[in-house]
Amino acid sequence: MKSPGVLLLVFLGVCGPVLAIDAELPIADPEQRELYDRLTNEVRCLVCQNQTIADSNAALALDLRREIREMVEAGQSEADIKVFLTDRYGEFVLYRPRWSGATAVLWLAPIILVLMGATWLWRIVQRRSGMPVTTEEQDAQDA
Amino acid sequence: MLRYAAPIVIFGLMVVVFWLGLGRDPSVVPSPLVGKPAPAFSLPRLEAPDQQLTASERLGEVWLLNVWATWCGGCRQEHAALLAIAASGEVPIYGLNWKDDTLQARAWLQQLGNPYAATGVDADGRVAIDWGVYGAPETFLIGPDGKVLHKHIAPITWEIFARDFLPLIAAARGSGS
Repeated sequence: MKSPGVLLLVFLGVCGPVLAIDAELPIADPEQRELYDRLTNEVRCLVCQNQTIADSNAALALDLRREIREMVEAGQSEADIKVFLTDRYGEFVLYRPRWSGATAVLWLAPIILVLMGATWLWRIVQRRSGMPVTTEEQDAQDA
Repeated sequence: MLRYAAPIVIFGLMVVVFWLGLGRDPSVVPSPLVGKPAPAFSLPRLEAPDQQLTASERLGEVWLLNVWATWCGGCRQEHAALLAIAASGEVPIYGLNWKDDTLQARAWLQQLGNPYAATGVDADGRVAIDWGVYGAPETFLIGPDGKVLHKHIAPITWEIFARDFLPLIAAARGSGS
């Protein structure tokens, strides 16, 4: 068990099946393969909600990968495929929700919160800068 | 006054938001299909594979589509409720046998009783994807205009049926005829 070769064999024995998640051959066209990889890594598996369908071995994830693969190979665009998915499963299926009226709050909330925090901080700094220096601070400066 | 009240108000709002959030079941994803036309399908019937079950032949009537499979524990749990709904004569139930073994599915209906007017076999799960199915059992209510009126995820009970489905069925029949 000490030799690295044996360890590697054990590792592959345990993890090999994970690498073989798609039994099928990869898509021949590199552009389509890239789109397929991107989409499957961005679509939520609804059975196991914190996994993407690229990560999941659930039967539904398998079916959705097959469906996406067929659409990609048929030359459909990323937007078409996303519409196909959200028409059936809702916006929740996308890990990166598209910009729309319903998702605007989701996208804007972080920016608004940062701006609110910055304004608050700025006001405190402004107020404190006008305050007289306390004797302790004066002592510290003199020292 | 404001500098003391503000933190309390913000804290109170957060409690409300988180409390509501905790009460929600994240495994129940609202279906975008409700209010839209039911996806078309044509599937071989479980009991007679040479015949087809189609969504379009149901036009003009109110019906339920119940997604089930023998590998699904919740389906066994809700089976008695489905039998009761079928026996009540309120609405016909059609089955969608999802990614299942056909022989086992037939044996299941023989053993437990068959609440379905007919069952379509969706062996490769394509129709289920069109319907946005992600976990059996799921039950859809389809109106006479072919639109999906309601979707229930998880095992159905008579109480759920009476509360959520019956009023919609009555309304659909009232406006449809």
